[in-house]
Amino acid sequence: MTPAATTFHMPHRAVLRHSTTESPFVRRLLIGVALVFLSLFLLVPLVSVFVQAFAKGIAFYFHTLGDPNAWSAIKLTLLAAAISVPLNCVFGVTAAWAIAKFDFRGKNVLLTLIDLPFSVSPVISGLIYVLVFGAQGWLGHYRDAEHAWFPWLQNWINEHNIKIIFAVPGIVLATIFVTFPFVARELIPLMQAQGRSEEEAARVLGASGWQTFWRVTLPNIKWGLLYGVILCNARAMGEFGAVSVVSGKIRGETNTIPLHIEALYDDYNFAGAFAVASLLAFLALVTLGLKTWVEHKNAAQNEPGGNV
Amino acid sequence: MKTFLKILLASSLAISASAKEIKLLNVSYDPTRELYTEYNAAFAKYWQGKTGDTVTVSQSHGGSGKQAQAVVNGLEADVVTLALAYDIDAIAKQAKLLPADWQKRLPNNSTPYTSTIVFLVRKGNPKGIKDWDDVVKKGVSVITPNPKTSGGARWTYLAAWAYALEANNHDEVKAKEFVARLYKNVPVLDSGARGSTVTFVQREIGDVLLAWENEAHLALKEFGADKFEIITPSLSILAEPPVAVVDKSARRHGTTEVAKAYLDYLYSDEGQDIAGKNFYRPRSEAVAARYAANFNQLKLVTIDGEFGGWKKAQQTHFADGGTFDHIYQP
Repeated sequence: MTPAATTFHMPHRAVLRHSTTESPFVRRLLIGVALVFLSLFLLVPLVSVFVQAFAKGIAFYFHTLGDPNAWSAIKLTLLAAAISVPLNCVFGVTAAWAIAKFDFRGKNVLLTLIDLPFSVSPVISGLIYVLVFGAQGWLGHYRDAEHAWFPWLQNWINEHNIKIIFAVPGIVLATIFVTFPFVARELIPLMQAQGRSEEEAARVLGASGWQTFWRVTLPNIKWGLLYGVILCNARAMGEFGAVSVVSGKIRGETNTIPLHIEALYDDYNFAGAFAVASLLAFLALVTLGLKTWVEHKNAAQNEPGGNV
Repeated sequence: MKTFLKILLASSLAISASAKEIKLLNVSYDPTRELYTEYNAAFAKYWQGKTGDTVTVSQSHGGSGKQAQAVVNGLEADVVTLALAYDIDAIAKQAKLLPADWQKRLPNNSTPYTSTIVFLVRKGNPKGIKDWDDVVKKGVSVITPNPKTSGGARWTYLAAWAYALEANNHDEVKAKEFVARLYKNVPVLDSGARGSTVTFVQREIGDVLLAWENEAHLALKEFGADKFEIITPSLSILAEPPVAVVDKSARRHGTTEVAKAYLDYLYSDEGQDIAGKNFYRPRSEAVAARYAANFNQLKLVTIDGEFGGWKKAQQTHFADGGTFDHIYQP
């Protein structure tokens, strides 16, 4: 019921005040405080990133972005996102489907495992990979072992000098790890709320498992899925902690955009650091726009009777 | 057309047979970014002139101890150029990537350039800092990185210790008290030297930065001599940042020869000149004379003379449960 409808039925002004409980002064004060807070902590830093980025002029800005090391960082970040987002998309849908639509032993264990990357610090997730794949870790011992299992595998690894840590695979692995929960966490509540009656109806009408998934489940979750993918992508591109541990920070080779920003900042190249940072900020703004649009679509889909 | 293609093919084969493209990875510590950016270009030019091959040297920078740990864990450096010998010892000991006596392979303890620890203060020296005694005074805010991860910080700690020993008739207890007072004045310990410089210079925290001499000069050059001043204390430590080929990685990459040449060339006139230009003290006396104006004379103690070598110093002061752990409680 909207406030207008309330006043229509209650002609006394005293009752009108009751419907909004706070005086206009308090309301404006609260909104004002919120706005000041938001602009201080979000808007000002965002604007200052762009101001600092152009502090040495447009030519310098594009010179920084055109630098081979910057290019390599941009390419590596895009590569890590291009691998980790689809993988986590497939995993997220599978896990959410299993958890929301079926009952099985160990369901809670699976749920807890999915949340693991959220609960441990990214630095620790990076260290986990160093301990497993580092030269002093399992992989290192396997490479140097005298009587290893699967000698052909050991030979192959040594011949091609397969590197995981301090190379691109490590960065991709760390990115996959930290972005693991985004899609699954987004879909599980959505699928649980939708229940399984539609899938059951499809099965009764003779659809196979695949048909049920493609024609019933997926259309129902597509906006939620897209929302999860967007969040996953934003985190994949912005991740610093875990990637910083496994990167080795070789310029032009294993620096991602966030690591390249740190390197430029430490080189006293502040304008350059902010120029590259503005690229990430721009990406965040695009993500925000997409997210709002998807949220809007998602709300429309979940309204009773509305199935876009 | 066919003959043209054949010639093209033959000539491209000939080029690829004679001129190789070589990649080297130099894992270094924090303040050498500018030094090696300049040196890598000079070496690539020299090497191309000598052999026709193109060398691209990639750089990785960070706190010296952290970088050594990365190499131990598999960062495949062809050469390491770190802040102090102990960090390369750790690579030799833990990962056995190079022999234990690596430091004897190149002249001057394998350190082609040296440096020391000086003070950087804000213009006009508002707190009147002249020597180590002023740094430990109450109310002076001191910026220096964490000795656990940074090489420069370990040199700084030992320089302060050596000064306190000298001032107190070699009384170890008094020296410990002195250094404890110093670290009480430190509001934030960054993990590397460059982080500390940025804290002092850009974030404007602290009254005095205990810095590598080269780092202090670079800050003056980058941010203007009208903002900061370098104060040279009466006594400091001769900081020797050594260099070494990481034998096992270089062999694996087939870069042993060029990696050796890369380090040898640091001792050449051009290499020494680039070191001097970047405010490191060149070993070559002729080159050092050219840059004498940058380097104030002061009493310099050595790690071997005063502390019995890095192994002992590391054990006593910086290992887990060592003196630093006793005096520094955040």
